[in-house]
Amino acid sequence: MRVFFALLFRNRLAGIGGVVLAIIVALVLLTPVLPLQNPDVTAMGDRFLRPLSPGHLLGTDALGRDLLSRLLWGTRLSLAVGFAAAVAAGLIGSAVGIIAGYAGGRIDNAIMRFVDMLMAFPYILLALAIVAALGPGLMNALIAVAAVNVPFFARNIRGITVGLASRDFIDAARLSGKGHVRIVLTELLPNVLPVIVIAMSTTIGWMILETAGLSFLGLGSQPPQADLGSMLGEARAAMISAPHTSVVPGVMIFLIVMSINLLGDGVRDALDPRLKSGALTRPMAATRVARRNVPEAQGSGLLQIDDLEAQFHVGRRVYRAVNGVSLSIAPGECVGLIGESGSGKSVTALSVMGLVASPPGVITGGAVRLADEDLIGAPYARLRALRGNKVAYVFQDPLSTLHPLYRVGDQLTEAITSHHRISAHEARERALKLLADVRIPNPAARLSAYPHELSGGMRQRIGIAMALANEPEVIIADEPTTALDVTVQAQVLALLDDLRRRKNVAIVFITHDFGIVGQLCDRVAVMYAGRIVEEGPTERVLSDPAHPYTRRLIACVPELGGGRRQLPAIPGLPPAVDQLPEGCAFAPRCDRATPDCAQGEIGLRGSLRKVRCIHPEAEVGA
Amino acid sequence: MGRYILRRLISAVPVLLGITVIVFLIMAMIPGDPAAAILGSYATPDNVARLNRELGLEGPLWQRYLLWLWHLLHGDLGRSYALNRPVLDEVLERFSATLVLAGASFILCAVFGILAGVVSAARQYGFADKAITFVVLIGISVPAFFLGMMMILLFAVDLRWLPVSGMYAIYGGGDLMDLLRHLIMPATALAAVATGVIARLTRGAMLEVLRQDYIRTARAKGVHERRVIWGHALRAAMVSVIPVLGIQAGFVLSGAVYIETVFQWPGIGRMLVDAILKRDIVLVQGGVVFVAACYVLFNIAVDVAQSLLDPRIKT
Repeated sequence: MRVFFALLFRNRLAGIGGVVLAIIVALVLLTPVLPLQNPDVTAMGDRFLRPLSPGHLLGTDALGRDLLSRLLWGTRLSLAVGFAAAVAAGLIGSAVGIIAGYAGGRIDNAIMRFVDMLMAFPYILLALAIVAALGPGLMNALIAVAAVNVPFFARNIRGITVGLASRDFIDAARLSGKGHVRIVLTELLPNVLPVIVIAMSTTIGWMILETAGLSFLGLGSQPPQADLGSMLGEARAAMISAPHTSVVPGVMIFLIVMSINLLGDGVRDALDPRLKSGALTRPMAATRVARRNVPEAQGSGLLQIDDLEAQFHVGRRVYRAVNGVSLSIAPGECVGLIGESGSGKSVTALSVMGLVASPPGVITGGAVRLADEDLIGAPYARLRALRGNKVAYVFQDPLSTLHPLYRVGDQLTEAITSHHRISAHEARERALKLLADVRIPNPAARLSAYPHELSGGMRQRIGIAMALANEPEVIIADEPTTALDVTVQAQVLALLDDLRRRKNVAIVFITHDFGIVGQLCDRVAVMYAGRIVEEGPTERVLSDPAHPYTRRLIACVPELGGGRRQLPAIPGLPPAVDQLPEGCAFAPRCDRATPDCAQGEIGLRGSLRKVRCIHPEAEVGA
Repeated sequence: MGRYILRRLISAVPVLLGITVIVFLIMAMIPGDPAAAILGSYATPDNVARLNRELGLEGPLWQRYLLWLWHLLHGDLGRSYALNRPVLDEVLERFSATLVLAGASFILCAVFGILAGVVSAARQYGFADKAITFVVLIGISVPAFFLGMMMILLFAVDLRWLPVSGMYAIYGGGDLMDLLRHLIMPATALAAVATGVIARLTRGAMLEVLRQDYIRTARAKGVHERRVIWGHALRAAMVSVIPVLGIQAGFVLSGAVYIETVFQWPGIGRMLVDAILKRDIVLVQGGVVFVAACYVLFNIAVDVAQSLLDPRIKT
C-alpha cells in the first residue's frame, strides 16, 4: 500500500488531478456552511450580470440567481448523483458477477448471455429507454445510468471470480463445510473487493458526465433543482447573449472529469507499472551512439570491429554488455561467436548495423568498419542503404521475426525493393529464385503463405532467403538454429555452408553450441561478460582450449555415444554486467584463479590465437 | 469468407431477439395505462379500451410481445400518435440524418485518432508526443455538448465562419457544400472524445508492436523507417485498434444524442429525446430497437474487417 501511494505521487499529473479533485470535493462539502446566497432566489432586475459584478463573483443567470452559489450546489448534486450511480452499479454489477462466476455452469452461462445482450446496445439507447419508461427526473436518470453500467461491472468481476473460484482456498473452505453464502462473503469477497473499489472509482467521472448529459437533455434534474448538466442545458438558450452562464458549469464538468481521469491513470500506472506509459519504450530506427573517439583500425577485414563498447542505460544503472570487442572477418570467411546468454554476443552483432534496441541501448565506443567505412555514427540513411544490402541478418526465432500479417512472398520481395527499383513482376521472379536457392519445395505456392502456415524449418529458410535477397557481403546469423529441432537444424546448417561456398559470403555465426561451430566455422571467438576471452582457428580452439572458461564450456557439451561421462556444470553464474569485477570476470568461477587474476586489466595476448588469461591452459604463442 | 459472414449473421439472431425482449420489457415497466396517457385526461373509458385494443395492449405480456414482434418482423413498428405517421418512416428519415453525422464523426475520429497515436508513438517523449498527449487529455475530458456550445460561440458567433446549427440552410443551400458546412462543427465536437481514446490506444499498441522482433527484422532488411512505422508496425497495431473502433462507434452514436440537441441536427437522438418528453412510447420503442439492431450489424462488419486484416483468425 505504501509502495502504491509512493508510485501514485511520483506521477506529477496524477498529483495535479488529485489536488484539483480534493479542492472541488472540499468546496462541495463546505457549501452548506459557506456564506453563499440562496441559489434559488430570483432577482429579475439582476439578470445576466457578468462575472466579477459586485455581490456576484461569477455573475447571475437568466433569473438573476447567483451563479457561484448555483455552481457549488449544482456540483454537489452532480457529484452526489455520480457517486451514487457508481456505487449502485458497482454493487449490483459485482453481485451479479460474483454469483455468475461462483455458480458457474448453466447459471453463469444464462447470466452472461443476458449481460452480453445488454452490452450489445449503444449505452445511451438503453439509458434513454429506461428514462422513457420511468419518466424524466434526476432519480430516474441516476437509475438509468447505473443500470447501463451494471453489465460492465458484472463482466469484469465475473472474470476475476472465475479465476478465484477454482483456487485451492475456496476448495478448502468448501471441504470444511462452509455454506455457499459464507464462502462468498468470507473467502471470495475480500479478494474481489479491491478490484470493485478501483473499478468504481475510475467510473465515477464517467457517471457524473452521463447524468449531467441526461440533465442537459432535460431528462434528468427538473427545475428548480439543478445539477451541472441542467444548468448548462438551461443556459443554452442564452448562450450567445450571456456565454458566461454556459461556461461556468461547463468548465466545472470539465475540471471534475479531467481530474478524475488524471487520478485514474495514475492509479492504473501505480497498480500495474508495466502498463505505465513511460515503461514501454520503443526502439528507435538506429541505436544511439555516444562515443568520444574513433579507434584506429586494428586489422583489414572486410568487416572490422575495433574496441566496440555497447551499454544499456536503464534509469541510473549502466549495464556494460560489450566491453571493447575487436573482431576481423575476411571475405567468404565464417567466424563463430560463442558464449552463454548475456555474454554480449548478440549485442555485438546487432551493433554492426545499429540494430540494438535504443533506448536503452547506447554504443559508447569503438568502430565498425565495412570495407574501411566506419558505420558507428553513420547517418540513418547510410545505415539503411547498407542494411540487408551489404550486411544481412538471420535471426533466431523465425516465428517472431517474420511479420505475422504479411505474406512471406511480400516480405521477401520487400527485402529486394527496399534497395532496388524493380517491377513487381521482376521482384516476384527473384523471390521465386531465392526460395529455390534455399530449397523450398513448390516455391510459387509458398509465396502467398503466411508465416503461421509454415513449419519452423520452412520459416527459417524464408529468413535465410530474405538475408540472401540482395547478395550481401556479410551475413550475421544470430542463433538461427536454436529454435529448430535437430534434423532441421542440420539441414539449415548445411544450407548456410553451401551458400557460403557458392556465393563467397562472409558469415558471423552466433551460437552457444560448440558442435555447430565445429561443423561450420573457420575461426571462433569465445565471449564472456562482454569481452572476447579466446580467439583462434576452430580446430585448435576446440582441441586445445587455452582459456579455462573455453575448456569448461567445451566440457559441457555432451558427446554422442560418450556413455556415462559426468557433465561438469560450471559452478556459479556469470557476473551481472552492471557490476563487473576488476581483472578477469571469470576468476570467481575459475579453479586456476590466483589473487592477481582479480587485479588490473588483463589484455588479449597472442596473434593467430589469442587468449585473455594470465594462467592459460595452453600456450598460444606470440 | 462468405460463409464466415453468414455464420456471424446467424449468430446475431439470438442477440437481436434478446434486444427486442429487453426493449419490450423496459417499455412494459411504464406505470399506468399507455392509452390513457396518449388520449389525455379527458378520455372516456370506452375510448381508452378501444385504443388499447388497437395498440395490442390487451392480453398477457408474452402475447403482447409476440404480436409486437410479429409486426416488427413485417416492418411495422407501429404508429406515432404525437406525429401521426408510421414509426418506421420517421425512424428511417431521422436515422439517415444521424448516419451522416455519426458516420462523418466516426471517419474523423478513426483517421485522426490513429494518425495522432502513430505520430505520438513514433516520436515518444518528443515534442509532438507531449503535445498530442496533452490535447488528448483535454479531448477525453471535455463533455461533447459543452465543446459543441463553445465551438458555436467561437466559429459561428464570433468568427462567423460556419452556420450555427441545423443540417441545411433554410433558404437556398441544400446542396452538398451546404451540408458539409453544417456538418463540420457537430462532427468535430462529436469526434473529440473518441479521437482521444483511439489515439491513446493506438499509441499504446504501437509502442507494444515496435518492440517486436519482426520490426527489427524489417529494419535489418533496410526497409525505410517511414514504411516500418506506417506499414509494418501500424498493420500489426491495427489488430488491437479495430475492436476499439467498433466500441467507439457505439460511443459516437451515443454522443450524437447530445450533439443533435446542441446543433439542432434532425437526427434520431433528438427524435428519441423529444419522444420521451412527449411520452410517445411507440416511437421510443421503435427507434431504440432499430438503432440497436443496426449497431449489432455494424459490429459484425467490424469482426469481418478484423478477420480480413488478421489471417490468423479462423474464418
